[in-house]
Amino acid sequence: MKAFRILVRSIRDSFKSVFRNFSLSIASILCTTITLVLVAIAIIVTVNVNHITKDLEEELTIVVYANEDTSDERLEEIEEEINSISAVSEVVAKSKEEWRLEMQSYSDTLNTTLDYLEENPLLDSFIVTVKDVDDLRPVALEIRDMENIESANYGEGMVEDIISVFDIIQTITLVMVVALIIVTAFLISNTIKLTIFSRRSEIEIMRLVGSSNTSIKLPFVFEGFLLGVLGSIIPIIVMIYGYLIMYEQISTSSSFSIIELVTPMPFVLITSLVLLLIGSVVGMFGSARAVRKYLKI
Amino acid sequence: MRFIEIKNCYKVYKNGVAAIADLSLKINKGEFVFVIGASGSGKSTLIKMLYREEKPTKGTVEIGGINVGKLRNRTVYKLRRKLGIVFQDFKLLPKLTVYENVAFALECLGMKGSEIRPKVIKALDHVGLKDKLRSFPNELSGGEQQRVCIARAIVNNPKLLICDEPTGNLDPKTSKGIMDVLETINKELGTTIIMATHDKDIVNRMKKRVIVLENGVLAQDHEKGSYKASESI
Repeated sequence: MKAFRILVRSIRDSFKSVFRNFSLSIASILCTTITLVLVAIAIIVTVNVNHITKDLEEELTIVVYANEDTSDERLEEIEEEINSISAVSEVVAKSKEEWRLEMQSYSDTLNTTLDYLEENPLLDSFIVTVKDVDDLRPVALEIRDMENIESANYGEGMVEDIISVFDIIQTITLVMVVALIIVTAFLISNTIKLTIFSRRSEIEIMRLVGSSNTSIKLPFVFEGFLLGVLGSIIPIIVMIYGYLIMYEQISTSSSFSIIELVTPMPFVLITSLVLLLIGSVVGMFGSARAVRKYLKI
Repeated sequence: MRFIEIKNCYKVYKNGVAAIADLSLKINKGEFVFVIGASGSGKSTLIKMLYREEKPTKGTVEIGGINVGKLRNRTVYKLRRKLGIVFQDFKLLPKLTVYENVAFALECLGMKGSEIRPKVIKALDHVGLKDKLRSFPNELSGGEQQRVCIARAIVNNPKLLICDEPTGNLDPKTSKGIMDVLETINKELGTTIIMATHDKDIVNRMKKRVIVLENGVLAQDHEKGSYKASESI
């Protein structure tokens, strides 16, 4: 019962104290707001870059052409052989007839040219999708070593370049998010430290009248939590509306047709939760750490 | 009945300053004791050791059978709940009213609101400030602020009241008022009072036990003593 009263008093005092130390509370809240807006931007960029790169990576395939004189049985064997490679996720066979029809549909010139030829000059082929983009090269090399294979191409050179650029972008954005979260933690806890520094006499008096360390710490921990929660409200609103508007603009714009952003639901909800968690947890631990200094534990 | 016992106590600070040397003292329950001495004589260190803000380097400080020096930092609050402490600079919370400042001490202990109110009113009545409940500290005179501090110190009926130069910032007339309050508390509530002071007039007038410290050593200990009896300082 006594512990419950101390808990209730701590929560009540934390609310009172936010208003009594209004200017310092505003400083803490603003600091949290600004850093969390940056964190929100970094999260949006990272998640979307990952999403876009994954989409693009999925479109990278190996096109395998069989020799001109390959029999139908051998073609089936080749398909099985390719399928048996563990890194391969899908093999789609595309006969020379299918190629011809497809090419004829591209333009009239091609149509008449191919009609003019008695024999189909094209080759039977397979479109191979791999599980991981890094497997493109080893899989292509393995296929080339098989019998009756004319070629196995995946856009050498260009693909490697794209992959390395994607890797760099992913690493940079990830480092940015982690760095920003660390900076946020540092900034918020320092601002709260400043708030508590100005109230060290209050802590001293609490110690002298016989408050236990826990009952001294509790109101400050709740206050840190409260400041963190208040500081994350604006970033959450800005992030939700900002993202919805950006998603709407990009998905309806023709100039960004190749870019497809992560769908807002449940992405904005998860990000809101992450921001709220960062704000409140950092606020709580920041306060607890700062009070500890004056408790002589 | 013995209440405080200090045995062969030494205090050497980290910077090498020896504040207390081989001090032994016994104080009985209900006594009123002045601790006097020049600046740097070890008065404040002795007072701080009593409420366990400082630990003795050697020797023991016992209050009511508890070896104060052996208390861990995290359990010091248990001792402080049995003490009342009055400071020269009052140490009131400026953003709380008189009532809230006194109630604060009881709220920290997790006491019920209904129990707190009568205790606070009684303590403020003792110091003659019952009509200033809603005032803030900056609306009070120095003497009144010190009386609020005393009310906060006695609100939990402590067995021991430790006063560190409580009249140091007050004029003689106000100081006399404060001493009257302390004497009433000592007589009516039976609270043991230990008071460090520089104020000759007070010591001479009160005729209580006087402990004189010189360079951290117990120089004199007089029953009903005064500054006259210890003119050497």
